[in-house]
Amino acid sequence: MSTDTATKTTQPSVGEYLKKNIREYGLLVALVVIMIFFQVITNGVLFRPVNITNLVLQNSFIVIMALGMLLIIVAGHIDLSVGSIVAFIGAMSAIMLVKWGLPAIVVVPLAILMGAIMGAAQGYWVAYQKIPSFIVTLAGMLVFRGMTYVVLSGRPVGPFPKEFQVLSTGFVPDFLSITDPSTSLIKNYVALVAVLLLVGYAFYAGLRERRLNAANETENEPFGFFAVQMAIIGVVAIFIGFQLSTYRGLPNVLVIMGLLIALYAFVTTRTTIGRRIYAMGGNEKAAKLSGINTERLTFYTFVNMGALAALAGMIIAARLNSATPKAGVGFELDVIAACFIGGASASGGVGKITGAVIGAFIMGVMNNGMSIMGIGIDYQQLIKGLVLLAAVFFDVYNKNKG
Amino acid sequence: MSKTLLEMRGITKTFPGVKALDNVNLKVREGEIHALVGENGAGKSTLMKVLSGVYPAGSYEGEIHFDGQVRHFSTISDSEHLGIIIIHQELALVPLLSIAENIFLGNEVATKGVIDWKQTFRRTQELLDKVGLKDSPGTLITDIGVGKQQLVEIAKALSKKVRLLILDEPTASLNEKDSDALLKLLMEFRTQGMTSIIISHKLNEIKKVADQITILRDGGTVETLDCHHEDISEDRIIKGMVGREMEDRYPAREPKIGETLLEVKNWNVYHQHHRDRQFLHDVSFTVRAGEVVGIAGLMGAGRTETAMSIFGKSWGHKITGDVSMRGKPVDVSTIPKAIDAGLAYVTEDRKHLGLVLINNIMHNTTLSNLDGVSSNMVINDRQEAKVASDYRSKLRIRSHSIYQETVNLSGGNQQKVVLSKWLFTNPEVLILDEPTRGIDVGAKFEIYSIINQLAAEGKGILMISSEMPELLGTCDRIYVMNEGRIVAELSKAEASQESIMRAIMRSGEKH
Repeated sequence: MSTDTATKTTQPSVGEYLKKNIREYGLLVALVVIMIFFQVITNGVLFRPVNITNLVLQNSFIVIMALGMLLIIVAGHIDLSVGSIVAFIGAMSAIMLVKWGLPAIVVVPLAILMGAIMGAAQGYWVAYQKIPSFIVTLAGMLVFRGMTYVVLSGRPVGPFPKEFQVLSTGFVPDFLSITDPSTSLIKNYVALVAVLLLVGYAFYAGLRERRLNAANETENEPFGFFAVQMAIIGVVAIFIGFQLSTYRGLPNVLVIMGLLIALYAFVTTRTTIGRRIYAMGGNEKAAKLSGINTERLTFYTFVNMGALAALAGMIIAARLNSATPKAGVGFELDVIAACFIGGASASGGVGKITGAVIGAFIMGVMNNGMSIMGIGIDYQQLIKGLVLLAAVFFDVYNKNKG
Repeated sequence: MSKTLLEMRGITKTFPGVKALDNVNLKVREGEIHALVGENGAGKSTLMKVLSGVYPAGSYEGEIHFDGQVRHFSTISDSEHLGIIIIHQELALVPLLSIAENIFLGNEVATKGVIDWKQTFRRTQELLDKVGLKDSPGTLITDIGVGKQQLVEIAKALSKKVRLLILDEPTASLNEKDSDALLKLLMEFRTQGMTSIIISHKLNEIKKVADQITILRDGGTVETLDCHHEDISEDRIIKGMVGREMEDRYPAREPKIGETLLEVKNWNVYHQHHRDRQFLHDVSFTVRAGEVVGIAGLMGAGRTETAMSIFGKSWGHKITGDVSMRGKPVDVSTIPKAIDAGLAYVTEDRKHLGLVLINNIMHNTTLSNLDGVSSNMVINDRQEAKVASDYRSKLRIRSHSIYQETVNLSGGNQQKVVLSKWLFTNPEVLILDEPTRGIDVGAKFEIYSIINQLAAEGKGILMISSEMPELLGTCDRIYVMNEGRIVAELSKAEASQESIMRAIMRSGEKH
């Protein structure tokens, strides 16, 4: 215990730093271990280009919803209705596209607006009428599911026009086309170049941040950790980018997902809105007395969740090429589980976007890996449940020990 | 001389990296009131946790002798079994259960799991008579005040055949009247032969009731004073606690009073929950630049409610009246508007209303003025760190860095973080609600110095406090409140404990 009052900040030792951040590194290590485990046990099927593409397509909507759910959970709430919003928005987009013949360019923003309104309808009761979010969104879950059956009259609607399907099944075209794709190993240079540029930028930005921090006596993680972390992320990213470039390139959803992850990571860590949500989740009364409009903030976290659930709903519908009343059943649980595996606290105020994304991918890789292995859905559920419990126990154990 | 009931010998307790207790000795005689004093962090609570078995035998060095035998407590129930009962500062009562249910919680009068309510209520009534509480056993805890809740805790202790009653800061949240009643009760128990240990920061109370005083400092025993052999002054106790003479408990200040900053006129407020009950009646007051204005009054007089209703209408409803700053009417209908108008409110409950405990010092410091460290909603990390560092050194917040979570800070340092937060909004008038509650003597002096500094910079300070000496020592002018009304305004020359109490009593007679 130091009681030094000087302004100079001491750099933490490697051991201290590891102890303080064991959760984040542990999560990343867990994902890598799980990936390697399934890569070995499935004889290399996991990282085949086509399977990586599938993995991304299967998990994109969970990741996208986890971004919104993390904000909700950090704010101290929960949203059980997202699975039903997915179904309703899927249904409405199908009706607008197929039955009314509206163009996709109109339908997509309209559907996102609808999702936002559904989020607002719930956020109002939570924020301004102080009804527990668990109850409000449980009601929403039932209401929106019922509405889906009503608008679809219980029957699937499809198929979708091509320009809507590309949302989910399209790829970024190879406008670079350096070599002839029919003979070359690499069939899509855009994927490879994009990934290389991104990794390069991450290195540059990370180093610049460290330099600025050092100049301002702000805390830095030990260099070893920075280097190892960057190396792991870099190698995995480049490997995946390479694999994708040998197949059809970057899926459109991967690009959408990547941009959203970057946006939400920025909002949560660097903006006043993000800071206020964390403060509100940590102590709502103190935040309110500090001049934060907690009601409005809560309201908007639900609006945001609705909009993201709408986007996810369209991606799912486009992927299945039909809207069904049963779409998205149980998705809310996968999304919530991703956040908790990623280190969010059920009592609010704690959680990171990166954690939720890694949490979603841990679930996704396990789903995918176990499916390849031929493990039935019954055992998959059982194992996923135990992983969730273990991850949260790890949190609690660390907290009590610390 | 009566026999020794409890002796703790050479207690040493280490946490990773810190020696919390270092060879502490404590000897309590049967039938006495033994006071345990020391600054925050001196080791009082740790010592009591060792005694009660929260830290089990084996996790510390030293011996505990109770009732003539060496004892090894491995759980709290081991020590409770022998009649060692602790009443913690934060009361452990279930708000929505009745007094009777709380008293026998975990210890129900039952046969085969079926509760005998008749017996429960009869025994509760007996216990309530003993502690002098007139409410019915069926009353819910949430419907009685903190003072009465404290009595329920004591009744609960009595239900367990208590031999040694330990009270941790029992009067910290009580007003003068309730405190007196509680202390009288302790003295009455003493005549019946009960032994108690009282931990308190309120030295005047200790002086009133204690037979012996043990002083701890930095995890070690400084000395044990016997109040019957010599006359112990408060200064004598403070000297032992801080290790030096405290010349003056209140730093001197030469007031330079300027124009009127805050003026509140005819402020009428109805109760937050009992909506047809008017709680504040025509409250009017002023705070001038460079002036420290006090509000004295008993608990429930409406002081906190006055402050909170002015600060963004965060308490009460049907609020009417005028607020102006520098002579111009201002809108204080929401907290952001009140902050814009130049007001800041440092709450009396810093843990629940003041700080986001799981966030670090830096994040708490900038919370009320994030715009001050951001542009287009993007926070400038380095500017934010600089702001937090500046306040940390200016207010001398003791921590290893600005990234330390506020939950791990001592009360005094937490209060300084709350002050930092509000100073960063650059207010003209600061309302300080019980700014030194639960803070040790050294840190109190620092808070008073900060208050003086702010006044010297031309800010207006409105200070609410239940400790009259504190108001008398720091304020230029004192308003006295009672039952939702301002009943007197006293200049520094007129103000004294007697004149304040007289104003309260006289107004009480009128209604």
